[in-house]
Amino acid sequence: MDLYQEIILEHSKRPLHAGLREPFNAQVHHINPTCGDEVTLRVRLSGEGRSMVVADVSYDAVGCSISTASISVLTDEVIGHSVQEALSSFAAMRRMLTSKGADPGDEDEIGDGVAFAGVSKYPARVKCALLGWMAFTDALSQAGVDVSATPASTSVPSALSNTTTSNTTESS
Amino acid sequence: MSDIALGGAFTTQESAAIRGDFAILSRSIRGGRPLVYLDSAATSHKPRQVLDAERAFYERHNSAVHRGAHQLAEEATDAFESARETVARFIGAQTQEVVFTKNATEALNLVAYAFSNARAAGSMDGVDAAVAARFALGEGDEIVITEMEHHSNLVPWQELARRTGATLRWIGVTDDGRLDLGDLDTVITDRTKVVAFTHVSNVLGTINPVAAIVDRARAVGALTVLDACQSVPHLAVDVVDLGVDFLAFSGHKMFGPLGIGVLWGRYDLLKAMPPFLTGGSMIQDVRMEGSTYADPPQRFEAGVPMAAQAVGLAAACDYLTALEMSRVTAHEHVLTKALLAGLARRPWVRVIGPVNGKDRSGAVSFVVDGIHPHDVGQILDDAGVAVRVGHHCAWPLHRRMNVTATTRASFAAYNTVAEVEALLTALDRVPVIFGTVV
Repeated sequence: MDLYQEIILEHSKRPLHAGLREPFNAQVHHINPTCGDEVTLRVRLSGEGRSMVVADVSYDAVGCSISTASISVLTDEVIGHSVQEALSSFAAMRRMLTSKGADPGDEDEIGDGVAFAGVSKYPARVKCALLGWMAFTDALSQAGVDVSATPASTSVPSALSNTTTSNTTESS
Repeated sequence: MSDIALGGAFTTQESAAIRGDFAILSRSIRGGRPLVYLDSAATSHKPRQVLDAERAFYERHNSAVHRGAHQLAEEATDAFESARETVARFIGAQTQEVVFTKNATEALNLVAYAFSNARAAGSMDGVDAAVAARFALGEGDEIVITEMEHHSNLVPWQELARRTGATLRWIGVTDDGRLDLGDLDTVITDRTKVVAFTHVSNVLGTINPVAAIVDRARAVGALTVLDACQSVPHLAVDVVDLGVDFLAFSGHKMFGPLGIGVLWGRYDLLKAMPPFLTGGSMIQDVRMEGSTYADPPQRFEAGVPMAAQAVGLAAACDYLTALEMSRVTAHEHVLTKALLAGLARRPWVRVIGPVNGKDRSGAVSFVVDGIHPHDVGQILDDAGVAVRVGHHCAWPLHRRMNVTATTRASFAAYNTVAEVEALLTALDRVPVIFGTVV
């Protein structure tokens, strides 16, 4: 089967940037109600306006290999990058994951994220792969970033709409 | 269950004949692999006899039940009411005590809402005071459920407590997946008005000691509600023997159609209960100033009923009766024992629930060391083995057992020992793929 690429198994066994760190601008807690998977995720931003950068993403996640690996890849792709780049990565990741196998993904945009292309053929698992990304964009929003001004906001798949959210926003 | 019944597992030839009735079992999935369907606790497949009965209804008798003076209306009404008789007979009930609902969840909500609707002015007018008192629920009163309930027999009672100010309490679960009856007398007390519990856990497979709980509930005058979704398809269920006041189950888990469930209730209680859903069919007289309601079961069947599904459900009852429930139980018991034995030989698997076959039904949930159930289920699916993963709508139970989620295999009469072996073989790939066992 093409779902469990070596890269995914590697990230799930040794997730990058795991653990909750301070300081942070916003913290969110997302749950996938169908399986009970959860993630608590924090973001720290630095700089302002167009030069705003994702300084850190830290998290505590309980989930399957797909969701764990996806959060690991997310942190690797967005930490140290501008918020605009991070939102573009999210858009590319979601485009691939919801393409039902049509979009193989662009390694320049999502790096190891292309390993998740096979997930898009398993509709029940798309939510797993997007759990961390949805939490991340929610945290950005909580931290005051306007995520609606990016391509990322267009057409949230209905399959994702039952992800429940609770937020805590704190200033660092 | 007698010893004779336990000897009654289906022979290879009988199994083949049963499987032949379920067309879907012969299809292949995931690139040509034979389907091994071990998810009947979620929903069962439907035999040809059920599908034929539904089709025949639509092709020959289709009409709106309890309406119209034409011949088709008479035939449809007759088919619907005959189905009620068949279902009643199947569970040892009186016909007029069987209420058709859209599913078991609606049946349980119907009972829960009777308590809060009874609080409205005039709702219990004309009802015997002693019976009405049993439905009087408010602050200081208590509702008792268990920690192993499916959300459908949990959330409605939480909501009832919220609406009425009553307190929700529950019977705990032991580490080995049994109800903790040690504190039964302190949980069910004079304050308890209703005790709602499951006959068989949809996660653990535990068959609960109904009599012990009913005895205690009766001693304090509390009503009892039994969730029989996981028992009616697998065990001979007789409402009189069980001694409960209400019993709910779904059609689709017992070879019947989707979209139909059953509430059985003692007639004097149903007769006292205010309606849940209101509208057409359930009335006695309607005036602009107010309405009066029909006797049960019609009082609880608002709108044009699901006659085709009722006919299909009756066909499912006939199908199970022809198989003989004692043999269905015996057959599934053999499968359960085979699976439990196979899992016990794999030290990296832990069963969540009773590990032996005693007082246990054919829903077997387990966790694999270091591997998330979603991933386990995906590997099994790749081998054509369909199981359920997640919390199976019993989230508090999973929290109690200290697991996020489980993988669940569950049986019906059409499953075979060969399918248990297919599951175990596919399961052995899981730690290899994830590198947790060298």
